[in-house]
Amino acid sequence: MKTVNILFCGTGGQGILTAAEIVGLAAMYDGYHVKKSEVHGMAQRGGSVESHLRFGKEVFSPIITNGEVDFMLSFDKGEHDRMIHLLKKDGKDLFQDFAEADKKITDKKFLNTYMLGILSKYLGLSKESWQKAMQDVFKSKFIEKNFEVFNSASSNGDEK
Amino acid sequence: MNTKNYKLLSGNEALAQGAYEAGLKFAGSYPGTPATEILEYLTQFDEVDAQWAVNEKVAFEVALGASFAGVRSIYSSKHVGINVAMDPLMTAAYSGINAGFVIVTADDPGLHSSQNEQDNRLISKFAKIPLLEPSSPSEAKKFIKLAFEISEQFDTPVLFRMTTRVAHTKENIEIGQRQSIENKVFEKNPQKYVMVPANAYKKHILLEEKLLKLQDYSEKSDTNIIEIKDKELGFVADSVSYLYVKETYPGASILKLGMPFPFPDNKIKKFAAQVKKIVVVEENEPFIEEHLLQMGIKCTGKHYTYRVGELRPENIRDIVENKPKTQYPSGSRRPVLCAGCPHRAVFVALRKTKVIVSGDIGCYTLGSLPPLAALHTTICMGASVTIFDSLSKVLGSDKVVAVIGDSTFVHSGITGLINAAYNKAKGLIIILDNGTTAMTGAQPNPSTGMTAKNEQTKKLDLEALCKACGADNVEVIDSSCKSIEYKIKEYTIQDKLSVLIVRYALCKMIDRTKKPAPLFHAEKCKKCYMCISVDCPSIVKDEQGNIKLNSNLCAGCNVCVEMCKFGALEKNK
Repeated sequence: MKTVNILFCGTGGQGILTAAEIVGLAAMYDGYHVKKSEVHGMAQRGGSVESHLRFGKEVFSPIITNGEVDFMLSFDKGEHDRMIHLLKKDGKDLFQDFAEADKKITDKKFLNTYMLGILSKYLGLSKESWQKAMQDVFKSKFIEKNFEVFNSASSNGDEK
Repeated sequence: MNTKNYKLLSGNEALAQGAYEAGLKFAGSYPGTPATEILEYLTQFDEVDAQWAVNEKVAFEVALGASFAGVRSIYSSKHVGINVAMDPLMTAAYSGINAGFVIVTADDPGLHSSQNEQDNRLISKFAKIPLLEPSSPSEAKKFIKLAFEISEQFDTPVLFRMTTRVAHTKENIEIGQRQSIENKVFEKNPQKYVMVPANAYKKHILLEEKLLKLQDYSEKSDTNIIEIKDKELGFVADSVSYLYVKETYPGASILKLGMPFPFPDNKIKKFAAQVKKIVVVEENEPFIEEHLLQMGIKCTGKHYTYRVGELRPENIRDIVENKPKTQYPSGSRRPVLCAGCPHRAVFVALRKTKVIVSGDIGCYTLGSLPPLAALHTTICMGASVTIFDSLSKVLGSDKVVAVIGDSTFVHSGITGLINAAYNKAKGLIIILDNGTTAMTGAQPNPSTGMTAKNEQTKKLDLEALCKACGADNVEVIDSSCKSIEYKIKEYTIQDKLSVLIVRYALCKMIDRTKKPAPLFHAEKCKKCYMCISVDCPSIVKDEQGNIKLNSNLCAGCNVCVEMCKFGALEKNK
């Protein structure tokens, strides 16, 4: 299979790294080779945050080549506009979904989980792996609520 | 793929896991991005004495001492941390080791979180020690085990170079069993461990011979691999650059250097003989390229403009054509002090007093950015105190103030303070004691009274220490703009050396408690924007120019309230 390239972007504190971690774990549990790349430190003090997630049979570069992003999850309009040129011609920009989710979800700490639910519709990873990945990351913290939010997003609307 | 024993680990975590499996018993480090997670990961193991040292020179020496004592040992720090440890490093190359000793340098091409982008591969040649360079987390785990073997086989420290990209990439990593390694015996051997001129002279002769043997090893090592495919185009690459080449030119021939130094000259010649055009791809300095040119091998290196910054996969085609760099990072959001950060009040006060501020390395370096713009020099760890020493003598002690964090002060501010007192400097040094090493993610340090393993230990008494160093006045105060401003004025005009310790308010990473956000009375707001000038992420100006207070983000520090002259912001009791 072709390597899948997902770009997460936004600002510090939005749960972007957590979201990318969950996708990475889910892909790993489904048996894929995973590389996930991001930068910590000063860059994180409320500044821009981006995480590159790639999975497939064998992944080389940890960062996605410009113009090769298959799925883009932006959690911030400014960051979206700054990074959108990295999206592949036929790549999927999920910012519209985010904008809608932002209106719908009142407790913002579940926004990233909701977006993962949306993304899950396109990736074909197993439900068991998603659940295990979320368990790993959230531990017992609101785990039932996270499952619920994830499932509500992944079960409605158009399929791939 | 069997996923049972796999974890998604970063390069740093994979390295640490590999070192643990290789029987590691000691680890010394000082926090610094992108190296911090190595030591943090090792604190989970009871078999490993993992410690935050007060600075990198100390970390290096205690780690080297552990190797002398007979246990496998590791030193890790960011690239500039190695500068602090250079003194013992250069001579450890001569003395050699006892049990395996690995020096990890985590370089930062692209300066994601650093003051320079020095290329520490060059240290291997300078110090005459072997260099290993993984390109991925899985390789970091594999290579670190090899590093201990090389160290013991050749009686040498091994330089292990990570970069931000390798250190902070996560990959599936297989978790293995820990090897049981017996402690080596420490034998009294002055010819080896006492580096006086006569002994060191003989050691230098042995070191040159050792390098030849290491070169022979490098020739045979499968860390340096030739992959022959298309014979028209061949790449020589190391570290993550190798993966960018694989991504961009999957059909090209590659000589991958996992152990670039000592250079495997015969392997390089063999590769050169098989391909028509050679392109060298490496980040920062032309370390490999210059060696090939020195060997008389015709090759294309990157345009000099690509020495600046990190490489990306899309740059490889430019490098093949020797084109200059055209893309520079831009437009990303600048970092800012957290809501409720105790440093904010200090910088607001410093800005108001208009003094020249010699600053240091930490979160508070962000105080240099507008609108605070109240920090005017930053060079390296500890330099706030020493630069202040001279600035105050030349420009006047009432015009200059030094600012340094608690961890940085312990790292290398103490010697500067002793020097300032000894050489009769006057004026004010402010220690920002937020109770942690914040910039790197809140690690403990001697003034917090906790160890890396979160155990209680002796707590360094900063007040007594500053007095003992020779400060005339030492005062501890809370973080409020008005009292700090008052104290700055009071101490800068005295003909004394004073230390002001700003304490009590903790870094928001270790103290997540929030006080209520202030009340905002929009009708009283005159839009003077003084509240915005404190540069807090929780108070902003909207598109219409109205003040918007984000109560969810606000930690209730009330610095903005102190700024408001019109009562539009009111402390919420």
